[in-house]
This record gives sequence, C-alpha cells and structure tokens, in this order.
Amino acid sequence: MPLITRWMLKTSLVYFMLALAVGLLQSTRTVWMDIDLLGSLRQLEPVRIHLFVVGWITLLIFGVAHWMFPKYSQERPRGYASLAWASYTLLNIGLILRVIGETAAQPGTIYGWMLVASALFQWLAGLAFVLNTWPRLKVK
Amino acid sequence: MWALRAALIYLLTGFTFGAVMLANKGQPFWPQAWGLLPIHIEYLMIGWVVQFALGVAFWILPRLPGASRGNETLALASFLLLNTGVLFITIQEFSLFFLPLGRGFELLASLLFARHAWIRIKPLLTPKTES
Repeated sequence: MPLITRWMLKTSLVYFMLALAVGLLQSTRTVWMDIDLLGSLRQLEPVRIHLFVVGWITLLIFGVAHWMFPKYSQERPRGYASLAWASYTLLNIGLILRVIGETAAQPGTIYGWMLVASALFQWLAGLAFVLNTWPRLKVK
Repeated sequence: MWALRAALIYLLTGFTFGAVMLANKGQPFWPQAWGLLPIHIEYLMIGWVVQFALGVAFWILPRLPGASRGNETLALASFLLLNTGVLFITIQEFSLFFLPLGRGFELLASLLFARHAWIRIKPLLTPKTES
C-alpha cells in the first residue's frame, strides 16, 4: 500500500471518529440542557456532516482509488504523486479551515475569509484528484 | 469505466456548488447560493459516492465462468437510469413531476444493478473451499 494511501486512510479514520465525537457532543444538548459545552452546538451540524462525508468517505475513496485503480503507465503506475499529495493536503487544510471558520462563523470577519479559503482549497483538492484519476480509468 | 468517469464529473461539479455556497457563507456575494444545496447533496451522494461504488463493484466483483461479468446490459441500463434520475432532480424546479420521476429512475437503477450484481456475489472457488 503506497505511503499516500496510508496517510489518506488513517486520516480518514480520524475524521470518522471526530464526526461521531461531534455528534456525541451535540447529543448532550438533549440530555443536559443546561450543560451546553460549546454554546451553539447546533451550528456544528454542517461541520459534523462534512467531517463525515468529506473527511471520512471522500478521503477514504481517494486513498483506495489511488491504491487500486489501473496503472497510469509503467513509469508512473499511480499517476503523478504530486497531484495525489496536493489532493490530500488541500482537502485537509480546507476541512480544518472549515471546522475553525464554521465554529466561529461570523460573515465578513477573518473567520468568513477562512470559509472562502476552505472552499477554494477543497475545490482544488477535488480537481487534483480528478486530474490524477481520470487517465487511469481504462477499459479492461 | 463510464460510471467512474461520470462519478468524477459529479464530484467536481458537486464540489463546485459546495465551494460557491461555503464561500458565500463566509463572504456573502450571492443571496440565491443556498438554492444549490439540493443539487450539491444529490450530485455528491448519488452522482459521486453511489455511482463510484456501483462502478467499482461492476469492475471488481468476482466474474462468472468464462471471465464474464454477467448481464452487462443490466449494468448499462442501471447507469443510464441513475444519471437520468440525477438529471431530472437537477431540473426539479421546472415541474413537480421531475423530483418523483428522478427518484423513481434512481430506484429502478438500484434494482437493475442489484439484479446484475446478485449472481456475482459469491465465494471465491479454490480447491480448499470447493468442498
């Protein structure tokens, strides 16, 4: 299993646990209404969903696809490593920026710009993954 | 291969819509951006994740005797129905019928794929396991 795949799969497992931890935190609202740990946990719903869908599912798919898809060529069996690392790095920075920016969401402030940067980074991560994976899809 | 390529297109399109909404949340510039939410979810959940899973399943499930993938017409029909369904859901604002029609097409796609894949889900036959 290539190094980048190991990083992607292990990181995705961390996001999986984080997503469930956020869900647990949110659930405390209903049990201890007066012990609201973060003040506005309902605001974290988009964070929880995206930790799950982007951090866990999408990153897991990125890692497995990079590992198992047909060879790009004999010289570059898994395409361009730089694109794979770019997709991993950008997706993680984008997701972390989202978690910080969304938790403190105040449109028009520095946190608002964090969300803009997060949007750009995650989009670029998707683009890097598609560019590296597309040529590896061949009829077999 | 077509399902996987379509999934990649949905990934990028869905990410684009999501990026527009997220950027708009941080620095509001387009009040109607939230209207993209249903299509963002549809493209990423059905167009990307589901279609990717179906494409990989078609590729990687055990083959039948003679290295056949079984009834490939069913898989192709499933691919066409799934994407037509997503398309109908994309244009749901134009008619009340498009949303249920799209969901119906997606359901039919799942049935056809299940029919295709059912007989390919089997134990690997090796000398040790044959008995």
